[in-house]
Amino acid sequence: MSDTATTGRTATAARPAGVRPGRRGRRTDWKAVGAFTLLTAPMLLGLGLFKYVAIGWSFLLSFSEARGTVDLGSWVGFDNYAFLLEDEAFRSSMTGIILFTCFIVPVTFGMSLGLAVLLHGMRRGRAFFRTSFLIPAAVSYVVAALVWKMSLFNGLPSGVANTIGGLFGWDVQSWIASTDPPLYWIVIITVRLWLQVGLYMILFLAGLQAIPVHLYEAASLDGASRWAQFRHITLPMLRNTSVAILMLILIAAFQAFDEFYNVFITAAGNSTAPVRPPLVFLYDTALKGQDYGVGSAGAFLLTLLIILVTLLQGRLVGFGRKD
Amino acid sequence: MRKTTRRTPVTILTYLVVGFAAVLFLAPFYFVLRAALMTGTQITDPDWHWLPDPFTLQGFTDLFDDPSVPMANALGNSFVIAIVTAPVSTLLGSMAGYALARISVPGRGVVMSFIVVTLMIPTSATFVPTFVLVSAMGGVDTLWGVIAPGLFNAFSVLLFRNFYLKFPQEIEEAGRLDGLGHLGVYWRLALPNSGAMLASLGTLSFIESWNAFLWPLVIGQDPESWTAQIALSTFLTSQSINLPALFAGAVVTILPLVAVFLFAQRYIVQGIAASGMKD
Repeated sequence: MSDTATTGRTATAARPAGVRPGRRGRRTDWKAVGAFTLLTAPMLLGLGLFKYVAIGWSFLLSFSEARGTVDLGSWVGFDNYAFLLEDEAFRSSMTGIILFTCFIVPVTFGMSLGLAVLLHGMRRGRAFFRTSFLIPAAVSYVVAALVWKMSLFNGLPSGVANTIGGLFGWDVQSWIASTDPPLYWIVIITVRLWLQVGLYMILFLAGLQAIPVHLYEAASLDGASRWAQFRHITLPMLRNTSVAILMLILIAAFQAFDEFYNVFITAAGNSTAPVRPPLVFLYDTALKGQDYGVGSAGAFLLTLLIILVTLLQGRLVGFGRKD
Repeated sequence: MRKTTRRTPVTILTYLVVGFAAVLFLAPFYFVLRAALMTGTQITDPDWHWLPDPFTLQGFTDLFDDPSVPMANALGNSFVIAIVTAPVSTLLGSMAGYALARISVPGRGVVMSFIVVTLMIPTSATFVPTFVLVSAMGGVDTLWGVIAPGLFNAFSVLLFRNFYLKFPQEIEEAGRLDGLGHLGVYWRLALPNSGAMLASLGTLSFIESWNAFLWPLVIGQDPESWTAQIALSTFLTSQSINLPALFAGAVVTILPLVAVFLFAQRYIVQGIAASGMKD
């Protein structure tokens, strides 16, 4: 009884022989295999081609001299990798993205958690505010970068930031071109916050809704302050959600491209980015410079970095604690 | 009574903070719309104008008249891409997810790991490999070159698999009694009963493909194959920037999506919550 009940849906093979006479047994169910194959084949072929074949090919290219061609050219061993590791531009793009990540991850995390907690505690207007924060998530980085560059932070006195600054008597700033102090960071970081905070806020809201209310009621009876409740109930109960969200923010930060590309591109089509994140570097090398060998090697180095940082983050955040 | 008086200052503060944040989050939409309806000289006028005066649709006409940026064609391309990608990628995910959840065959675990492994590769780091492959297959400057790599999403397979694991056994058995095979049960019963999942993942996929930038930029080098995002980005680099047209471009690029978004928000919230919680 419990045998068929617990294993019900996967039990075709484990079902005692003779229960369904003849039709099923330990013999291969060719109809099931046929249906399974038909249903999974498109996905398997697609992933096989666009992930496995693509990455395998690119891996071979990363050891080849491949300029202006995607054919596997002459084998150069680790030359492409060595070239990149010695290349000042590539190294600074890697350190740049690490600094950017170190800043954007905690800020995005804190803001989305903060907004979620505030929204969760609201009696009225929650749906309205939730939509207000979520709606920017539907906007593309291209549009957002354009608005930030041409409206909010343009260097003109009529720009929104300069107009507001003017109310406080500040000088007109050329936000994007200003590297000393590096005001361009304000532009880059606020774009990303505007686009992403609402998304993660929704995830936190979902997590908050799963926390049993009676925990808070019990804590209130014991006279625990709001802060104590947040620290000792909310944060621990949101642990899994938090780890997942941290990872999502982290990976998204390493893949920054759209806003850097669009904010720093000039009328001539060249980038003036003081910080060129790895994807922008790779785009310039592989697509504009047509050097697919070095581009492929760079893609693998970036992938390696992302995997390392993700593992490290899992270690740091996941240490101790039961579970 | 005492409870409400104690809560009031905190509540007021909460509303102040959240309200201020909401104004900050909504303000950029106002700035875009304002600039799109102004004249170029008014946008750069140092004196602040809260509303366009006079209102003008010149930006929108200029946008579609500019011969160097085929905006109408680009919007059409984006629409085709999103309208193909969303249903096809969702359907493929549901098919594979159903098979992995409900059809027991030898080697199912291997198939599952084959799919899951692709999740560990950060997607954007693969644009060089994918370009190498798609260009070798002749996909540069074609719409299928933009569409094809986005159709196969291991993440949606996983979400659908989890969803179908919970699909009621009774429905399936009833279908069996009526003489349906595995494919029949999937097509006639499981798929039609996956409405919320299809809607949420379909909408997310629509948004993602509409907003995609890096891949269309990489693969579409000919203006004929540009998407709306690429056209807009090119506008930024054109020799003399027509500001009202630029902002009008932003408006027409945002508008369809915000409409879809507001309409399907419920599903998106479900979908985001589901995909985020699934770590």
